[in-house]
Amino acid sequence: MYTQALNTSEAEDRNLEDAARAEEFQARIDAEERIEPNDWMPAAYRKTLVRQISQHAHSEIVGMLPEGNWITRAPTLRRKAALLAKVQDECGHGLYLYAAAETLGSSREELVDQMLAGKAKYSSIFNYPTLTWADIGVIGWLVDGAAIMNQIPLCRCSYGPYARAMIRVCKEESFHQRQGYEIMLTLSRGSQEQKAMAQDALNRWWWPVLMMFGPPDRASQHGDTSTKWKIKRFSNDELRQKFVNATVPQAQYLGLTIPDPGMKLNETTGHWEYSAIDWEEFKQVLAGNGPCNRDRMAARRKAHEEGAWVREAAAAYAQKRRQRSAARAA
Amino acid sequence: MATPNTPLWEVFIRSRNGLAHKHVGSLHASDATLALQAARDVYTRRGEGLSIWVVPSSAITASDPAEKGMMFEPAESKIYRHPTFYDVPEEVGHM
Repeated sequence: MYTQALNTSEAEDRNLEDAARAEEFQARIDAEERIEPNDWMPAAYRKTLVRQISQHAHSEIVGMLPEGNWITRAPTLRRKAALLAKVQDECGHGLYLYAAAETLGSSREELVDQMLAGKAKYSSIFNYPTLTWADIGVIGWLVDGAAIMNQIPLCRCSYGPYARAMIRVCKEESFHQRQGYEIMLTLSRGSQEQKAMAQDALNRWWWPVLMMFGPPDRASQHGDTSTKWKIKRFSNDELRQKFVNATVPQAQYLGLTIPDPGMKLNETTGHWEYSAIDWEEFKQVLAGNGPCNRDRMAARRKAHEEGAWVREAAAAYAQKRRQRSAARAA
Repeated sequence: MATPNTPLWEVFIRSRNGLAHKHVGSLHASDATLALQAARDVYTRRGEGLSIWVVPSSAITASDPAEKGMMFEPAESKIYRHPTFYDVPEEVGHM
């Protein structure tokens, strides 16, 4: 999902742990206790969480870019106000998540620097372009819809600060998905051109959205420990299937066609079975070769550099005030 | 160049009159004024609050979770501090 690059094994860390403490820790997890920042935790648990939460935070921040692209061109004032509020929410989500990651002992600045240096990942989905207004509809409906599917179980994640951040995020995401679906509904009930625009956006985003859930279960090495530690409650394929089942009737209501001619309903399981996903495309996008990877990184670096004077001025002002009040007290 | 660290603040919000301020999260800001403004933008975009407190995180002293057994033991053993410890005949009604 927003943390797709986690599929590496961290077996080496596990050997070094104090076995008794690790056992006690696992017993707490099994008893559904929440782990809090100052509690003892295995180094690999900490490392996995820092990576997962910070990747999630980076995704929220980079996710502002494709949508920000349409703020000035939103078709009405109502749409523009809603899109602005949504992009502002994404920024807020990034900040909640950085704060949660920081409770594990990495500073936000350090995490942001890792992202700007290209050492940390963000979700593959934000490396696709938003070519038309309908893309804003599809992002709300499907990208945020997929994110909600993934984030609701994270509200019960074993790490307290992450779970609490996700509760706040989920409350706000539901507005995002509804505003996206409303855009799609308006377009699909509009002129032939508008309907075609909606269909085109769905065609371009469908497969990348399915990839958001990460590699298929048979290829994911990371799932096991994350599941054992109750960071993850459902597998990638389980969540992907839940998402597809929820989305098909929504697309039918819009009168749009999901761009998968092979898709069929399995009468026995009740699941909509989708065709094979092009995992090579996913790999390429994660490796930095998606349509917008370079643009996104350049935009983040530019914003960070151009904001440097604001951070410096605020720090200088705070220091001046401290010196003055110290001088007065003396 | 590495980005220098900005101080961390804990944010508390009172949602309605008569309720206590409650911890909602943390944020970074260079001083108290900016911390309050950031708290408004980050934590009250949907009318969540009537009042905000921001406290430098470094000013908080916390109990050690490793010692929670000893720390909270005095309360564990005193069941007579709870109303249900005392028998009141049913005829007396709700008390």
